[in-house]
This record gives sequence, structure tokens and C-alpha cells, in this order.
Amino acid sequence: MSTKKQIIERESVVVKFVGDSGDGMQLSGTLFSDTAALAGNDIATFPDFPAEIRAPHNTVAGVSGYQVHIGKETRIIGDKCDVLVAMNPASLKANLKWVKMGGTILTDVDAYDAIALEKAGYTTNPLEDGSLSSYFVVSPNITTMAKETAMQLGMDMKDAARTKNMFCLGMIYYIFSFDLGTPFKLLDKRFKTKKEVAEINKKVMEKGFNFAETLEVFESIYHVTTVELPKGRYRNITGNIATAWGLLAAAERSGRKLFLGSYPITPATDILIELAKHKSLGAKVFQAEDEIAGICSTIGASFAGALACTSTSGPGLSLKTEALGLAVITELPIVVVDVQRGGPSTGLPTKSEQSDLNMALFGRNGEAPCIVVAASSPSDCFYQAFNAAKLAMETMTPCILLTDGYIGQGSELFRIPKVADLPEIHPPLAKPNDPDYKPYRRNPETLVRQWAIPGTEGLRHRIGGLEKSDLDGSVSTDPLNHAKMVNNRRDKVQRLATRVPQQEVFGEESGEILVVSWGGTKGQVQTAVKEMREKGQKISHTHFTNIMPMPSNTEEVLKKFKKILVCELNTGQFVNYLRMTYPHLQFQQYNKVQGLPFTVEELKQAIHNIQ
Amino acid sequence: MSYKTIERTTEQLTKEDFASDQMVKWCPGCGNHAILAAVENVFPQIGYKKENFCVVSGIGCSSRFPYYMNTYGFHSIHGRANAIATGVRLFNRGLSVWVPTGDGDSLAIGGNHFIHVIRRNIDLNIMLFNNEIYGLTKGQYSPTSPMGKITKSSPQGTIEHPFTVGELVLGAQGTFFARVIDNKPQFISQVMLEAAKHDGTSIVEILQNCVIFNNGAHKYITDKEVRDNNQLYLEDGKPMLFGKDKEKGIILGNNGLQVVKLGENGITEKDILVHDMKSQNPGIHLMLAKMKPPYFPIALGVIRSVESPTYDQLLDEQIKTAQENPATVKCVDDLLNSGDTWEI
Repeated sequence: MSTKKQIIERESVVVKFVGDSGDGMQLSGTLFSDTAALAGNDIATFPDFPAEIRAPHNTVAGVSGYQVHIGKETRIIGDKCDVLVAMNPASLKANLKWVKMGGTILTDVDAYDAIALEKAGYTTNPLEDGSLSSYFVVSPNITTMAKETAMQLGMDMKDAARTKNMFCLGMIYYIFSFDLGTPFKLLDKRFKTKKEVAEINKKVMEKGFNFAETLEVFESIYHVTTVELPKGRYRNITGNIATAWGLLAAAERSGRKLFLGSYPITPATDILIELAKHKSLGAKVFQAEDEIAGICSTIGASFAGALACTSTSGPGLSLKTEALGLAVITELPIVVVDVQRGGPSTGLPTKSEQSDLNMALFGRNGEAPCIVVAASSPSDCFYQAFNAAKLAMETMTPCILLTDGYIGQGSELFRIPKVADLPEIHPPLAKPNDPDYKPYRRNPETLVRQWAIPGTEGLRHRIGGLEKSDLDGSVSTDPLNHAKMVNNRRDKVQRLATRVPQQEVFGEESGEILVVSWGGTKGQVQTAVKEMREKGQKISHTHFTNIMPMPSNTEEVLKKFKKILVCELNTGQFVNYLRMTYPHLQFQQYNKVQGLPFTVEELKQAIHNIQ
Repeated sequence: MSYKTIERTTEQLTKEDFASDQMVKWCPGCGNHAILAAVENVFPQIGYKKENFCVVSGIGCSSRFPYYMNTYGFHSIHGRANAIATGVRLFNRGLSVWVPTGDGDSLAIGGNHFIHVIRRNIDLNIMLFNNEIYGLTKGQYSPTSPMGKITKSSPQGTIEHPFTVGELVLGAQGTFFARVIDNKPQFISQVMLEAAKHDGTSIVEILQNCVIFNNGAHKYITDKEVRDNNQLYLEDGKPMLFGKDKEKGIILGNNGLQVVKLGENGITEKDILVHDMKSQNPGIHLMLAKMKPPYFPIALGVIRSVESPTYDQLLDEQIKTAQENPATVKCVDDLLNSGDTWEI
């Protein structure tokens, strides 16, 4: 390493890898974040890709990205990046606005031919026209050097050119002072069955590393502070994987086998894919013919005694609404995971939003309350999936778990729990040959009915979508009975308000300003509040995980503040739910519907602007 | 060989063991009464423990069936019975799952689930009550109503081609298809017993008469004057003979099936096509399923019954294979600690 280099100490840095979808940006990003995590950094990652699998080459529409935030404390992916790795003009064009002033841009000059510039919408070459003068730009002949190295090792020209991402990554490892030991091990693992590919990638990466070192292309290198986390065993996890694992953990803890009936849909498909891998845990995974069969097979499996789940995104939840009503009236436990994306209709399949809340709360015919919980981060998906399964089974009620594309596909460090340390789950199973069994007899305290599983002796009974009479469950159109059953189904859910974790406040418990968030925006909102508090401003924050019902102390918490600002990625669904529930309280709102997460800066501005 | 994994009973069960205490609310004279009686008769004969029967239905007159049987029962939503039953059966192969459904429930709103359950060959017993009309909504045409049929929603006659149930089942690679008429409860029981024994999806189409909204829809087959000439009872391994004195038969000619008279043009019983319900090639089964008057009799009984692996059995085998593989995770703690992890 050259001694002339300036070493910049940083608590955290954000690196974004962007290129054509197919340029291997997701691989570069994961290798980099895994390396950082193994070196002791906290990490948060977010993939950002177009809906098309291979969108037209070199166009802005086809840009795929992977953002990595590493350092001491990285509960969010970071608003803007310190380093942008852009593989072509289109990806530079699409992402320049996300680079910090003075930030570093590493790009491949080989990709800046006239056609590519034109496709990206540039009239002049940005590497030559001075438009990037506010940034530190490094633009070597990456493709040429990568290709040369790989071809010398026997790779054909086409495949050799594709190793350019490894060359860039080698350069990036150099400027962040990582050695190549860890990435080499990660490559060996990834290309376990293709040893020669692993070797070539390693060589190209090394070439990039050495190039950065010997040619002194960078003025400074970074040293990033490692993290001081509680002791324990850690791993990196995405929200979708965490969701799948949380469901598996709940199955093991409850003694009920897992069933997943699901239809592929972006950005929820990874849950289906992950659970399909774990048949050794006895999980039965059924890829249904459509979203409706996904939830209906789930309801059937629940009737048959499973911890039964279905995973989907907004358009799928729309299709499942009729069947959700059936699960409500039959009082069968199911978990519906909705990894929210931009809507309405097909909307923005690969982008994130919190706009399915109204549908989760109210999107069914008749009076049909479901339990609704929302996960706040990738690792929280594990706990909320577990929690959703516990609440559904113990309450014999469908539970909708809301996550979103941002936390579902994003990743962060996850402190690995022991299954035995997770809460117990007690499904209300009916006992064989119980002479007092009645399908709709309820626990007087919780109003929960018993789960009598087909095959059990002495409990034959019928359930269905028609209104049923209290206790024996036979079909009934009696007006007062209907009113009673509607109230029972509502109260059963409402009574959870005292049993779910109570609402907590970050900061003072009373005062001038309370910022409210729910679901996947917790990291940004908490960071914004924290940064403002560090500057001496008295601002508190409360974050909602339990949405239906809300914890019983919610009103107590809210009413102690003069001003309440509710921040969410929709046009105001949660704030209106709060207004409806607490009509005597005043709420202000800050909303964003761009398919993008909040940035800390815009949140700080919104809190600052509060009336 | 049978792959059934359903626990059998040592008790001598009777019809009464399956009779429910609910008042049967179908119209007087409805074909469903006879079907119910036939099913109540056949359940004790099947020999499973009474707790191992599960009846799952959707919406429609036929779908009230679960309330009238003393089994585990689920009356669900329109068109979805086959999807719900799929979940029940995949999760628990110890259950004998029965789906009473109709031509609207399974061929219109639930058409997608119907073809996919058949394609997957999930071990369900589907009883499709075909009355060629929507009864519960009081008389609109269904996907099996004949072209031109005048109903409340087609005052000038329908302008769409009906499904033939058997054609749809065989097109979806059905492994068991049978057809019966609602006025022959004993014959229904006999066919249902065959359906119950079958590994995989069994479809029994029941030509059912809706006395209120489509009375006499099957008259051209069932009337006393025509029934001998218009009904062919298939028996596996037996020649396809019909008519009052079994004087007519079916042969396979150059242009497909053909009706012939014994003794005419030198035709003897030896020339008559012998029914082979186990033939893997569904060609003749399809021709049989499509036969109808006036040129042919309608084929009744088991048209197709072939062996093929069931989805539910294959799923359990995959789970077993995964569990026996020493390299797989055995509990969630293993899973949480698999792959790249590190100690802090």
C-alpha cells in the first residue's frame, strides 16, 4: 500500500453498485456486504432492480443496483452514497443524484461509446464535459483489463467481459482496506461446483485490487469503524428469508407442521423459494395455480391442523380477500404475508410502498376483522412472522403480516436466537372424545374457539362460510345470533390489545412533538429523530408493530404530546386509521409515494416544518 | 397396488353412523336426495374410521352436502372446494376427502382449480352434480347447458358451446372418470366405491335432475321409452353391448366409434369393442365420454381408471428423502446457524 495515501476514518459508508441488469451488480453487492460483515461491520443492504429480467442493454430502464451501508450503526441503507460503482453511462445517469457531493465515482470508460451515451440520453460524454467536477471520478479501462486477465486463463471472450464486476470489486476492496481472503472464500463457496470459474473471478478481482494499489488512482482510502454489538452469534439476513424462518420457528415451537400455499409474485417469491428448500423440517410447500388457490389450500390445511400460511404482494392480497373472509367466519388460523409493493394494480412491482394497509384492515365484505402486524426491519421479519403465527393460532383468527419490498429484499445483521428462548405457542386444540366439545364454544376470557382437527375421535363437526349459531355452529340466519357472532369475532381481536407488547416511546414520554411511524420505515424515522435529538431538539418517536389491534396504551402515549406527525409511504392510510380510532386527537401527516423509502434528510425537514 | 394411508376401522359401521341430525333442505323430488342416500350407503362399505372422512364443498345446491353427512365437513365459498380440499389432503394423507360440487361451482367459477387438481392427481373424490343449470340462483344457464338453451339469463337461447365434463377431465390428464345418473342409487354406490379405491383424483359425474329449474334435462337419456337404447353400461373387460336385449353394440370403425346391431352385416359379439378402463391411452375413453344421443347411447359407469403417482404421495416421498439426507437441517436451530455466521 502506498504511504502517500490519506486514510479517512469513517463511522459508516454507503456504496452503491449499479449497472445493466445482468452485469452482476447483485453479486458484487452481496460479496461486498458479506465481506464487511465478516470483518466486523454492521451492515444494511438493499437491491434495486427493474421489473424486467433483462431490460434493453445500456438503457436507464434497465439499470439494476445494490446499495450497501457498512459501519458502526447502519439501521438504514443510507440516503446517499459515498462511492458509486457505475458500469455504464445509463447507470451513472440514473444514479448520479444519489451520490454525495465530493463522493467517489468508479466507472468503466470502455462502456462510454457513442451508442451507449446516446441510449443513456447523454448528448456529450460526462467523463469529458466537466459535468462531474463535483465528484472524484475514476474511470479506467475496466472491461479491457478484466477481459484480458480472464482470457489469459482460458475463458471465452463473452464470459471474460462479464468478469468486469469482479475487477471493480477488487478496486473497491482496496479502497476500503479489506484484504481479499474473505471474498476469495465467498467466491469458492458460491462457485462450489465450478472451480475454474471461481479461480478466474479471483484472479480478475486480484487484478483490480492490484491495479488500484499500484497505479494510485485513488487519493485516499477509507477505514470504516467496526461495530460494537451485543455478544452473540450473527448472520446477515434478508426480510423475506427471515419471514420464512420465523414461520418455521413458530411451527417447531407450536408443534404444528408448517404448510405454505403460495403463488409466485414479486417481491414475495423468495419466501416460497426459501420454504421449498426446507422439506427436511417437514414443511409442506404447495405452489398453487393462482393466488386464490394459494389461500384456499392454506385454509384447507389450517382446517386439517397445520400452521398454515400464504405469502403474496398487493395484487395477490386483492385476489385473496374473499377467502380471507372465509377464514374469519370459520375462525381458522392462517398467516397471510403481504410483502407490499407500489400499487394500485400491477403498479411498481419491484418498488416499495406501505399502501396495502387499508386493504389489510378493511378489504373484505361484511364485518371481517383480521389481526394485522407489521415488521419494521429485515431481522424483525423473523420475530413478526413468529408473532403472526402465534397470534393467529392462539386466537383462531387470520393474521396479516405486512412487510414491504424494501425490508423484504433488504438485509441486515441478525443476532441468531435459540428457538427454545422464543415465546411458547399454545394452539387451543380440542381433546379427543370431549363430550362438551362444540365447534363455537368460546374461552370466556379470550373468546377463542377450539381447534378440532379432522381425524380426531369424537369431534366430527361442520364449519363453513354461512353464519353459524353460537356454540354448536349450525347454520343460522337468526338476527340476534348474527349480531352476537359479529361482536364475538371483533372482540376476540380487540382483546389482544392488552396482550400484545405495549407501545413504547423513544425520547421523552410527553412533550411538544411525537413522530409516529409503522412497519418498514422505522430505521429512517428513528435515525431522523435521533439526529435531531443529538442537536438538542426535544422530539420523541413511537413506532407501531401491532396495527390491529393497536396496543391498549396507545391513546395514553399519543395524548401526552401537543403535536403528532405520522410518517408513512402512502397518502395517509395509518394516519386516517388513527383519526378514526382517536377522533378527539389531532394528527399531522407526512407522506411519500414514489416507490422509494424515506430519506433521513427529507424526514428531518418534515419534522422541522411541523405546524 | 394401493397407496392409501387412511386408517381403517375395526367397527362394523352402518349408514346411521354417517347420517346427520340436520334437516335436509333440498327441494322435494330433487336428484340430490338419491345421491345422498347412495353416499351414506357407501361410506360404511369403504371401511375407514368414521373420523377419517372429510367432506369439503363450495357453493351451490350440491354444496349443502356436508351439512347432511355426519363427518368432518367444510362448506366453503363458490368454486374453491377443490383448492381447499387440496390443502386438507396434502396436509393430512390420513383423510378420505370428498368434494360434492356442481357444474357452476367446478366448471365455471372454480374451473381453474378443477383442471389443476386433476392434473396434479391429488387423491380427492370429486362428485360433480351436473344438472346443466344454476339452481341456487334460480335458473341461469351453466357451462354445461346445451347451446341454444333458453334460461332466465338467456331469453333468446345461449350462444356458447357447453363443456363435456369427461372431455375436460381427460384433457386435464384425469386418471379416473365415471358417469352415473341420479335415479340409480345402487349403481351410484357401486361406482363411488370404485372411486374411493382409486389412488388419485376421481371424478364421478352425476347426471342430476333439477326439478324446479331444469326438469327433464336428462329425459332424453332417462325416460323409460328411450333409456335402453340411450344408455350403455360399461364394464371393464366386457363388450360394449346395450339395448333392451343387448342386441346393439359399439365397434371401433375407421371413423371412430360406431353403433352396430348384432346379426346385421355379419356382426357378432366378437366384433364388439371390449371396454378397457385401464388403457393408458385416453383415445377411446375420450370417444366414449363424448358419445350422446341421438347417434350414440351415453356411456355410464367407470370410463377411465388408470394408475399414476399422486401429488400427495410424491410430496410425502420428497419430505422423507429430505429428512433421510444427513446433509439437511434437522431443526430450526440448525437452520438459523447454517451458512455464514460469526461470533461477536
